Amino acid sequence: MPTISVDKAALFAALEKEYTTEEFDELCFEFGIELDEDTSQSKKPEDLAQPPQLKIEIPANRYDMLCFEGIALNLRVFLEKQKLPKWTLTPPASGELETLTIKEETMRIRPLCSGVVLRNIKFDKARYESFIALQDKLHQNLARQRTLVSIGTHDLDMIKGPFTYEALPPEEIEFVPLNQTQMMNGKEIMEFYDKDKHLGRYLHIIRDSPVYPVIFDSHRNVLSLPPIINGNLSKITLDTKNVFIEITALDKTKVEIVNHMLVAMFGGYAESIEPINIISPHNKESREAPDLAPREMQAEVDYLNNVTGLNISPSDISNLLERMGYIVTPSGTDSKLLDVSVPITRADVLHQCDIMEDLAIAWGFNKLPRVYPNKSAAVAAPLPINKLGDIVRFEAAASGWSEVMPLILCSHDENFGWLNRKDNGGTAIKLANPKTAEYQIVRTSLLPGLLKTISSNRHHAVPIKVFEVSDIGFIDLSKERKTRNERHFAAAIMGKTSGFEQVHGLLDRMMLMLKSSFLTPEEGLKNDKLEGYWIEEVNDPTFLKGHSAAIKINIAGVHHTIGVFGILHPSVLHKFELPYPVSTLEINLEVFL
Amino acid sequence: MAGRNRGPVPVPLEAQNRNLTQEVLDALDIKSPLQTSEDFPSIPQPEIKAALDRLASRSMVQYDTHETDQVILTKESETIVADGSHEFKVWDAVRQAGKIPIKELPKVVGADSAKVGQGNAFKNKWIKKDGDSLVLVAKEVKDTTKDILKDIQETKSLSDTKLLNDLKKRKLVTTSKVLTYTVTKGPKYAKEMPVEVTDLTADMLANGAWEMANFKPYNFNALGASQNAGTLHPLNKVRQEFRNIFFNQGFVEMPTGHYVDSGFWNFDALFVPQQHPARDMQDTFFISDPPKADKPRPDPETEAQMDAMEAGYKRLFATPEKKETKPRNYEEYWQNIKEVHQNGAFGSIGYRYPWSEDECLRLVLRTHTTAVSTWVLHRLAEDPRPARYFSIDRVFRNETVDATHLAEFHQIEGVIADFGLTLGGLMRFLEDFFSKMGIEGLRFKPAYNPYTEPSMEVFGYHVGLGKWVEIGNSGMFRPEMLEPMGLPKDLRVYGFGLSLERPTMIKYGVSNIRELLGHKVDLGFIESNAAVRLDKN
Repeated sequence: MPTISVDKAALFAALEKEYTTEEFDELCFEFGIELDEDTSQSKKPEDLAQPPQLKIEIPANRYDMLCFEGIALNLRVFLEKQKLPKWTLTPPASGELETLTIKEETMRIRPLCSGVVLRNIKFDKARYESFIALQDKLHQNLARQRTLVSIGTHDLDMIKGPFTYEALPPEEIEFVPLNQTQMMNGKEIMEFYDKDKHLGRYLHIIRDSPVYPVIFDSHRNVLSLPPIINGNLSKITLDTKNVFIEITALDKTKVEIVNHMLVAMFGGYAESIEPINIISPHNKESREAPDLAPREMQAEVDYLNNVTGLNISPSDISNLLERMGYIVTPSGTDSKLLDVSVPITRADVLHQCDIMEDLAIAWGFNKLPRVYPNKSAAVAAPLPINKLGDIVRFEAAASGWSEVMPLILCSHDENFGWLNRKDNGGTAIKLANPKTAEYQIVRTSLLPGLLKTISSNRHHAVPIKVFEVSDIGFIDLSKERKTRNERHFAAAIMGKTSGFEQVHGLLDRMMLMLKSSFLTPEEGLKNDKLEGYWIEEVNDPTFLKGHSAAIKINIAGVHHTIGVFGILHPSVLHKFELPYPVSTLEINLEVFL
Repeated sequence: MAGRNRGPVPVPLEAQNRNLTQEVLDALDIKSPLQTSEDFPSIPQPEIKAALDRLASRSMVQYDTHETDQVILTKESETIVADGSHEFKVWDAVRQAGKIPIKELPKVVGADSAKVGQGNAFKNKWIKKDGDSLVLVAKEVKDTTKDILKDIQETKSLSDTKLLNDLKKRKLVTTSKVLTYTVTKGPKYAKEMPVEVTDLTADMLANGAWEMANFKPYNFNALGASQNAGTLHPLNKVRQEFRNIFFNQGFVEMPTGHYVDSGFWNFDALFVPQQHPARDMQDTFFISDPPKADKPRPDPETEAQMDAMEAGYKRLFATPEKKETKPRNYEEYWQNIKEVHQNGAFGSIGYRYPWSEDECLRLVLRTHTTAVSTWVLHRLAEDPRPARYFSIDRVFRNETVDATHLAEFHQIEGVIADFGLTLGGLMRFLEDFFSKMGIEGLRFKPAYNPYTEPSMEVFGYHVGLGKWVEIGNSGMFRPEMLEPMGLPKDLRVYGFGLSLERPTMIKYGVSNIRELLGHKVDLGFIESNAAVRLDKN
């Protein structure tokens, strides 16, 4: 969630009330934003060095509250200090709109562009800074780090339309970037900003493209190289009177949302909001932009009342929704419907359920009637594998072993190499983007977690007896998700002696509890009708030679190998930094379902 | 309580090769009562106390404890007792020399004595100045300071409190508390400790020796024998409490047995747009191998588990007339999801972006178990009816690890589907749910979540922390999520969730999640953690 810092005194002046921190916190809570911090209560030197700020967390879909102007406006409307303004377009007196022609080559890199002109805007320091900060917040959030949308703002009096939006090879684009003095071409700009903390992270968006997007005025002056940087020529200052905004994008919906937000937040400081004429015939995107008409929706009175548990009249609904910025009128055609005008600021409203939530907020979430409809009946049931797992857990604990809960993700080495096991490539689920080497794969055995747990508890008195019942994961191409989990039970004992008989005894105990009787290998192999388990010596490099056994079971005439136990090989002990002998047991529980 | 003695105290104890218990018995035979301060002055107090306790626990002696202040000489005063006071030394030096230049005095008696002693000797009128030199006044003097200190050394006390304070100020004495005992014979006094048996044995029962045996008293102040007990993990103990709450409310457990899910089930079907920050590489673990999921399709194995769990429900609510069920159409579901994202549908204008099939089929480590709830709700569309589901299982976030964040944690999730549900009903349900963990008076804050509308953060007042803390998230699933499944418009669904770790940490005062989950958890913590009863403190 984005956090917006606003000047406390200015906001309270806008709200016409001196709130205490607690009162303002309460207002935020009710409205659904969150007061993160009031710096007047802070003792940090950087906070004391500036006028008190309120740091407010904004829900990620409320793009209309990403700056001081938006927070003040929405709260004023909520507190009924004003109604939401109607934003309207005013063409210039001459009737001649600024035009922007989009060339077809832009389809290769960043095909969409929109824009607007703010005439006779009055900036001061606070407004100017807020204007810049809002663009930054929009770039971070809605625009996904400028990949989807990016904004360029220009002093219209320094440039001359008509404008063109083109895509050219980097070498053919040459200009002085913002706040620089040197002329550079597209390629040089990439090199120049490569190490730049702020801009460096956006270069990848266009760097390897054969053509870069670029906006020119009629004198072939470069306005901007979206989504990287503007030209220095059209730089905005506190004295700028007329602002030309261009917005380039990959996403048709978001480009207009961004346009709406800039107009709604800063159009109020301008004398007029002037549309521009966009010429883009190749992709049928020729139009006048922006369109500031509210979006017309309908909402059902019964739906609004039923879901909120209220029973209020359409006019009451209308009054409440007005506090959230809507204009609501009863439908002319159907008394059960309301016509709802959704203002350009409310891009988050997609469905009547969004209107319903706003009704609940305006009413007050915590004042809604709290009645549980007494009609649903239900019959509980546990997931069979969890029920089985719990039986094994209780029996293991009752046998004197302690349950541990290591992580499911582990390194490739811990899961394979350290256990003297080989990765055949088709077994373990591999992660594409882990932040550390600790998380490379989903474990295919419970042993690494148990051994790491013992290793980090070396200060504990021996013997250490631990167990885990949990899932491991495998690649399984027959499944929709190409993977499957498997519930395992594993135990490990570390002591002055190997503890081999201990894990063996635990296995016997568990089998007894799971109603599987002990057989000799001869009995198990000879008689298919005889149900039970037996163990056979195996050669397994995880374990000391001659001291490991496979666990076999006959369930309903089907033979399974469900696991293995043994004394860990000293090289395994060394890798996991275990000072004493360790014996382990691991079995698959799925066959007992 | 590691380190404390367990079980009966061993007897007899010998200290410094002396059998102190026997000495006390011997002394009492001659003289009763005893004063330990007089009769055993050289034995350290803890040792004499141990011997007396041993005897007292067998009723062989009785004793009273006295606490007294003892006055003890400092190093300086011990020198005074041996060599005389500073003023005496000065007087004596002058007496021997007849006349000493003031400058020379430190050389004769030492700097300390010269400084303090000269002034006192003037005050006592023992010496006087004669020009730059000191000469004698008194022919004979009485060294009172030395006498007083010597007296103190012998009696370890001083009744004149004014003088005592003065000596303390002059750093000549210090005081300390001393425990002494007055000992008398007890009802079972004997000249020797009787032979004792430590325990009742099978042999004693067989030969009747138990009747005459003198049992050694049991030390009830120590812990009993260690149990070498096995134990369940604290986090799983809390999980069990939550499971019980869900079972008591008629919830069916969801089949969460797959850590890997497709973008479809984890995000798209939940109406999370493909450009949502949650789908960022910074937040979600993507899978590199295997590369890609299949489109959603029937899953007979999981289906069978659900059928088994819901058999009870079906039996109980069976009616004579046959209920019509509508088989699921996975292709239609897929197309509906595409449509509601890309162009809008089901009364929603949608997100209006080009929806990518590849993005939808990317495999991820599930970021929430709501992915499973989605699957279960789609299944419900075959036979839409009131239903309650829950799960508690592991989820994964590609987060930077710190005290409150791990890349893995457990999500507790509950889902209730019914006709005519209201938002206030969800609040009521959650009030009841959280009251079972002893949290009352919930407040609800409007919040944003892509798949619920309304969305509410749940706050409970934490008495220990003295503030409101967020304890969970909740909401009603969006029509854009439910209607593409084929669920009827009037079937509404609550969803609520919280992590298993957070309430456990708050409840048990654990400040670092790594002390609770993962391989770094202290086994001692696991072994000693009390049984969990969420309704009790």
